[in-house]
Amino acid sequence: MAIGPAKNPCILIADDSEMNRSILEDMLGDEYDIIEAENGEQAVEIIQKREQEISLVLLDIVMPRMDGFGVLAEMKEQRWIEDIPVIMISAESNPDNIEKAYELGATDFISRPFDALIVHHRVVNTILLYAKQKNLTNLVADQIYEKELSSSLMIDILSHIVEFRNGESGLHVRHVNLLTELFLQHLSQHTEEYRFSRSEISLISTASALHDIGKIAIDEAILNKPGRLTNEEFEVMKTHSVIGAQMLRDLPIHQEEPLVKVAYEICRWHHERYDGRGYPDGLVGNEIPISAQIVALADVYDALTSERVYKPAFSHQKAVEMILDGQCGVFNPLLMDCLRDLAGSIPMELRNDSPARAQQREMRNIAEELLRHKELTASERTLRLLEHERMKYNFFASLTDEIQFEYTVTPAMVTLSAQGASRLGLPEIIMDPLHDKKALSIIEGGNWDDFSQALRGTTPEAPLVRHDCRICYDGDWRWTRLIARATWSQEECPQFMGAIGKAIDVHDSRMKLTMLERMASHDPLTGLLNHSTAQEQIKARMEAYPDHKYALALLDLDHFKSANDTYGHAFGDQVLTYLSDRLRQSVRSGDIAARIGGDEFLIFLEYSHDIVPIIQRIYNSINRRQYREFPISISMGVSKSEETGTDYTALFNAADHALYAVKRAGRGECRFYNSRMEKVLSVITPIDGEEKVPAGLAGGEGGSRK
Amino acid sequence: MTLKECYQAMDASYDEVISRLRSERMVQKFALKFLNDGSYQLLISSMEEGNCEEAFRAAHTIKGVCQNLAFTHLAQSSSALTEALRSGMSPEAPGLLEKVKADYQRTVSAIQEFQASL
Repeated sequence: MAIGPAKNPCILIADDSEMNRSILEDMLGDEYDIIEAENGEQAVEIIQKREQEISLVLLDIVMPRMDGFGVLAEMKEQRWIEDIPVIMISAESNPDNIEKAYELGATDFISRPFDALIVHHRVVNTILLYAKQKNLTNLVADQIYEKELSSSLMIDILSHIVEFRNGESGLHVRHVNLLTELFLQHLSQHTEEYRFSRSEISLISTASALHDIGKIAIDEAILNKPGRLTNEEFEVMKTHSVIGAQMLRDLPIHQEEPLVKVAYEICRWHHERYDGRGYPDGLVGNEIPISAQIVALADVYDALTSERVYKPAFSHQKAVEMILDGQCGVFNPLLMDCLRDLAGSIPMELRNDSPARAQQREMRNIAEELLRHKELTASERTLRLLEHERMKYNFFASLTDEIQFEYTVTPAMVTLSAQGASRLGLPEIIMDPLHDKKALSIIEGGNWDDFSQALRGTTPEAPLVRHDCRICYDGDWRWTRLIARATWSQEECPQFMGAIGKAIDVHDSRMKLTMLERMASHDPLTGLLNHSTAQEQIKARMEAYPDHKYALALLDLDHFKSANDTYGHAFGDQVLTYLSDRLRQSVRSGDIAARIGGDEFLIFLEYSHDIVPIIQRIYNSINRRQYREFPISISMGVSKSEETGTDYTALFNAADHALYAVKRAGRGECRFYNSRMEKVLSVITPIDGEEKVPAGLAGGEGGSRK
Repeated sequence: MTLKECYQAMDASYDEVISRLRSERMVQKFALKFLNDGSYQLLISSMEEGNCEEAFRAAHTIKGVCQNLAFTHLAQSSSALTEALRSGMSPEAPGLLEKVKADYQRTVSAIQEFQASL
């Protein structure tokens, strides 16, 4: 479709008289390249070979072998006439013949004897007109390209969601799509029964992407079960066709759209078989819509040739044999012919299919579609196609909770998808969004700036940006992932034009993750940190500020064993929870409190002057309390980094020694570590029973027994 | 002999052909080329063989060329012959062929005379 290489446009002159051809060549040869044909057959042969080069055909009517009408008819059949204008030049003056020429698609009719000037003008004008039309087509195709891209993106995303759960290759939907298209084209060309227009083919193959959406509702354990399904499991699996169809039926809008209708047929009936032995409805023969029949065949072929958890991949040859052999159920005999005819080319078609080619194919279809509807003006065509795109886009948007948005720098404007706008409580179009108070208020402070900075920071080669932040949905702040593609102008020095993107609600998964993190770092009973997390945080803090002063206290609930023994473990848990709550209330917000064992707790504090009064206050707020029948008495040992240095192990061991000393001294007090404890302890045999604590170790600094 | 005199010699309109083809050079070129055009020979031989279809196409071609070059008499007689051959050989055809032959001779001898004078 490229317009005008630098050389002259090319004109084919088909006339059996050499004289006539050379007269025309004489008149036009300076500005155009001339190709000559001396009869109709030759003309058709030349057009076939050089369709892309030829800008115009000057066609005589009366010629040997094939006359001008024959050439026109062939050009119409091959649809060359849509791209190549034809001017008839003939000595025929019979009005019937003139009319016939126009009917067959000739652009113009010039009778002999002709005026050289008129011939010249008509040729020039016709070529210009067609070039303009081609340009226009390209222009419209460009406009549609972006929309097309985003809707095929939506299909890709959707299919991936389904395939991801199925554990499929990611190519299944694409293959089914492509095979469906191949079968449809072949049926159209080789059977009397079916004639599909380009747009019908595109519609059905697009809808084929949705054939398995019902699998979203099937338990993953069944979907991905290696090996055979049990009868019950298979019954569950079979429900996917009805579920998928129901999902489409339940769409609140777009029920009348052809895409939705075709997708419904495909979802519901792509497991029916021609002999009535399929499911869910046991339809027979052509009770099954042809769309579903074709997708069924494509689905089976791709399933056979792909590896699955329950089977290896079969070769192409083997798969075709199995299908023709009826091993996968009975299909329409016409489709079997179709498969036989296409068998040779399928593997190559699938191999050659890349997303880029798929797009090209799509573009070709659009362009052809445009040219075919000559009765419409260009702008109507554009609108109609855009409307179709919008419908597709809205449809896919309505299937997800995502919010689509489009941002343009000039005019400064954000456009939101309809349901996105209603979820956010914003209008669909927001002018000057960077200064719109309402728009700014729904995105957590600073994030909008970061996000737009990131977009401007992209390049045309790497335009994608991902940004997580909290967004307010009708008063509910939820974690949201913004994914956007910056748009850059096509100029040599690309300008930032804006972005298209979507916002995905990731709150639940993010909360789940946060909860898992919390579960891993916290003690489930008391909600305090666990030992290892406390240790990490303490180490990190001391490493960050090694010259600050820190204290670490270890404390232990006296006679806790007897609480458990006397009142039961549930009561013991209540005591621990009670103590944790008091502890939490008495420490300062920057302090760390953790449960490090059964009834052992840890407190870590930073201080600047004197730690003693702080420790005393904490100790007093937890010691000598009463939880129901149980009197709470606490033993506590404290160490200071001033004495041990900021090494965690040294600090911890010192506190442990101090606690040990308290226990030996009869419990129920708080002591600070001093070096004598180390010395004394080092000569004492560790004790195993609480009753045997020898007396006489009291006298640690800061003892606070009441 | 000028080209205009040549046209006068065959009783054709020089002014008309110049007004349409717009260049004396071109008219001269194709008038001379007409001497070598095989359509007339084809017409004669197809008529002798009774190949009506071929004869129709040849007459039709002569008609077209002569109309373009404004060889008025030959254009008229070949046009009449074309119609007499369109749906098979009609009774008038042989008579019309004689008229074509006469007009062709007159036209060609005028051009030959012009060619000789160049």
